[in-house]
Amino acid sequence: MADQIVELNAGTDNLVLVGIQRRGVQLAERIVRIIKAQEGVDIVSGALDITLYRDDLQTVGPRPVVGTTRLPWTLDDQNVVIVDDVLYTGRTVRAALDELADFGRPARIALAVLIDRGGRELPIHADVIGRKVEVNPGQRVDVFIEELDGRDEVLIADRDTEA
Amino acid sequence: MNRDLLLRGGRIVDPSQGMDAVGDVLLRDGRVEACGSSIGTPDGADVIDVSGLVVTPGMIDVHIHLREPGREDVETIATGAHSAAAGGFTGVCAMPNTKPVTDNQAVVGFVKRQGEAAGFARVYPYGAISVGQKGETLAEIAEMAGAGAVAFSDDGRPVESAQLMRTALEYARAFNVPIAEHCEDMTLARGGSMNEGIMSAKLGLKGIPPEAEEIYVIRDILLAKRTGGHIHLCHLSTKGSVELVRWGKDRGINVTSEVCSHHISLTEDAVEGYNTNAKMNPPLRTAADVEALQQGLADGTIDLLVTDHAPHHYDEKEREFADAPNGIVGLETALGINCTYLLHRGIMTMSQMVDAMSCKPAKVFHLPGGTLARGSLGDVTVFDPNRIWTVDPKAFKSKGRNTPYGGHQLTGQARLTVVGGRVVYRAD
Amino acid sequence: MAGPLGKDLLGLAPLSADQIRLVLDTAVPFREISERAIKKVPTLRGATIVNLFFEASTRTRISFEFAEKRLSADTVNVASANSSVSKGETLVDTARNLEAMKIDMVVIRHGASGAAQFLAERIESNVINAGDGTNEHPTQGLLDILTLRNHLGDLTGRRICIVGDVLHSRVARSNIWGLTKLGAEVAVCGPRSLLPNAIGEMGVTVFDRIEEAVEWADAFNVLRLQLERMQAGYIPSLREYNRVYGVTRARLEKAPRDILILHPGPMNRGVEIDSDVADGPHSVILDQVTNGVAVRMAVLYLLAGGKPELAEAAKKGVV
Repeated sequence: MADQIVELNAGTDNLVLVGIQRRGVQLAERIVRIIKAQEGVDIVSGALDITLYRDDLQTVGPRPVVGTTRLPWTLDDQNVVIVDDVLYTGRTVRAALDELADFGRPARIALAVLIDRGGRELPIHADVIGRKVEVNPGQRVDVFIEELDGRDEVLIADRDTEA
Repeated sequence: MNRDLLLRGGRIVDPSQGMDAVGDVLLRDGRVEACGSSIGTPDGADVIDVSGLVVTPGMIDVHIHLREPGREDVETIATGAHSAAAGGFTGVCAMPNTKPVTDNQAVVGFVKRQGEAAGFARVYPYGAISVGQKGETLAEIAEMAGAGAVAFSDDGRPVESAQLMRTALEYARAFNVPIAEHCEDMTLARGGSMNEGIMSAKLGLKGIPPEAEEIYVIRDILLAKRTGGHIHLCHLSTKGSVELVRWGKDRGINVTSEVCSHHISLTEDAVEGYNTNAKMNPPLRTAADVEALQQGLADGTIDLLVTDHAPHHYDEKEREFADAPNGIVGLETALGINCTYLLHRGIMTMSQMVDAMSCKPAKVFHLPGGTLARGSLGDVTVFDPNRIWTVDPKAFKSKGRNTPYGGHQLTGQARLTVVGGRVVYRAD
Repeated sequence: MAGPLGKDLLGLAPLSADQIRLVLDTAVPFREISERAIKKVPTLRGATIVNLFFEASTRTRISFEFAEKRLSADTVNVASANSSVSKGETLVDTARNLEAMKIDMVVIRHGASGAAQFLAERIESNVINAGDGTNEHPTQGLLDILTLRNHLGDLTGRRICIVGDVLHSRVARSNIWGLTKLGAEVAVCGPRSLLPNAIGEMGVTVFDRIEEAVEWADAFNVLRLQLERMQAGYIPSLREYNRVYGVTRARLEKAPRDILILHPGPMNRGVEIDSDVADGPHSVILDQVTNGVAVRMAVLYLLAGGKPELAEAAKKGVV
């Protein structure tokens, strides 16, 4: 994925990775480390929490916990790549796009995801995909990462089973 | 010419005659004709079987508020007298803080006539101590007494001037009427809406310290001592007050006192959640105060049980706690509360409780009745001390529904009330 | 469906320590929003919030207004004559009218203790107590606690002294309830005539002299002394109050450790607090103000619970 991102950007200039809370943040940081190892360049990265921009806040039930948003510099004229673990309906990305718009006007915004499971409800596509996966609506895709869950694993499970 | 009324087979409890036995009571021409066992049934008498129930001289509540004249939307003399009868009372004394104030013989006469016209419990008017209850000039006590006032008070407020209270006690001696005081130091109590303590600290409400009452209690006891007059202390609510009254009685001072049913059953905890139906003056206090008041009744330091029945309109109570008016109704729950909290808990015997609700009120206030001796008033209270019931304010005969006892279960209820030989209330 | 705080925020006394911590933790990301160029998120878009202020208050009302607008809610300010007894609508009727207008949330400040609860029991909208009589001022309590936590860390065992007229202070009460729940040690210091008689039963230490409090505390929350208290005879004069209880630089210099200075505002400079303290290096008074907007945003967010039954109904084609 790191290679594809650099290729897509035709280099590392003005490249900004923005990870979506929560696991997108750690994935973005890993990609930054890989790019540093391969290209010797420090890419700027940040974290974005999209909870307050969700389109389902009125119906989701108990208030979701709001995480940290950390974008300490302007996004104007930058090439932003949003990083997330799973792309499904596309609503999370839609919220992220709305929120980024409140921070500035990037030159372009691309999307990199670890898993694309299809099932889009909005016209959103990923530019960089780690792996495409076929699942039916009765299943969910769980991504576990070392930094938060103690292991790196992608699991496909039925919707009602325990996480 | 009314028919005779025979109440058969009840347990007659009459402390004035030292009587506690099963028997019959025969009423003729509005008076007690006979009382005891084996009376027999005269021809043409109405007979009511009261076996299993307690039969006592008619109970008298010497401290209630009827809102007529002035606030007939909240209670009239008729609805109040009906409420009293439903609670088992054959007589009530109505406080003078009406609109206009009952401070002259005309209003006294009006109240008396309205009570007679209503035909339920007997209504004995109180007169005010001072004109308009303003605490400035003495009202015409003699004329009011002549018109039927049985006692005098500025209740709702204290008589702030010790000089005026002294004068009232001295002047009233000639007419053999009690002067009754609402004990409250207004400077200490100013702005307070409940007892001062941990509850008021928690709810962020200004409290009324017990000393606000006790300071006036001792003041008036001393004035009674000086003047030889009869001071009757209204609605005592604190442990300290009981101790002070004991001090006064020990010295032979002519001091009598009363306590409300709510003060011997509830504490300031009832105010939790800003419940305006638990707001009254003096306020509900602590468990230690409740215990001391119960003990005061048991050892005779406190003479009478009353209700301070104070109806208020729903809208008036439906507001912020500090702004809501003080007072709760009580006529229809008194007997139940007293039985539940005093009789059944062994704090008072049946005889003591009846004494405090019937014989002593008559004695202290020089009223007819309070006994079933031959020839006395045909006023009788019949109640079931073991009947369990749940308080439903919507079923009250009073117009007022403001009570903290709604939904409470009580043991003890009036079943039949007779005034002047006539049944004025019968429970279904 | 009620959120993690329930339907209303009436005070800190009814909350658990976990609920208080939830609000504090939620306030952190909201503070970040106030530092963005565009200080707005769409979270409460379309919600209508009424600021019902029966007592005049500029700072609290403005703080709530900022919080509401930064969450994209629609705000209506209503200033009204105090008390149901005076002319104007009773609180009951005000409540019913608000309900009929389908308001989502009401922020109420009123002169009678218990007024917020009174309103909350009668309407379905969420009710936030912005100060009721001398009872509680929960959002102030929360922002005070957040400010303390930001500077002192975990508050367990930390010593916080509330200085001044505790008897008439809803801010003091909220602080006492909230801080004791989080395990802090709380003290009060002021003239006894301005402390509740039952203070001994409220779980706090009492210092009669401010010198003792200075020896003991990690932080002072200095309360405003109102002129009316002197006029009502609780203390002889403001001058004597400052001389005996004033938080001055000279007194603080004798402290064994740096004492954090908080004040709910507005300040009476020269009465309860001297200017060189209020503007000094240990004063976090302006932090309190910033935290105030964040805390209020957090409260609004947490109270405006979602309604999953709407989603269910939509799925079934009902609505």
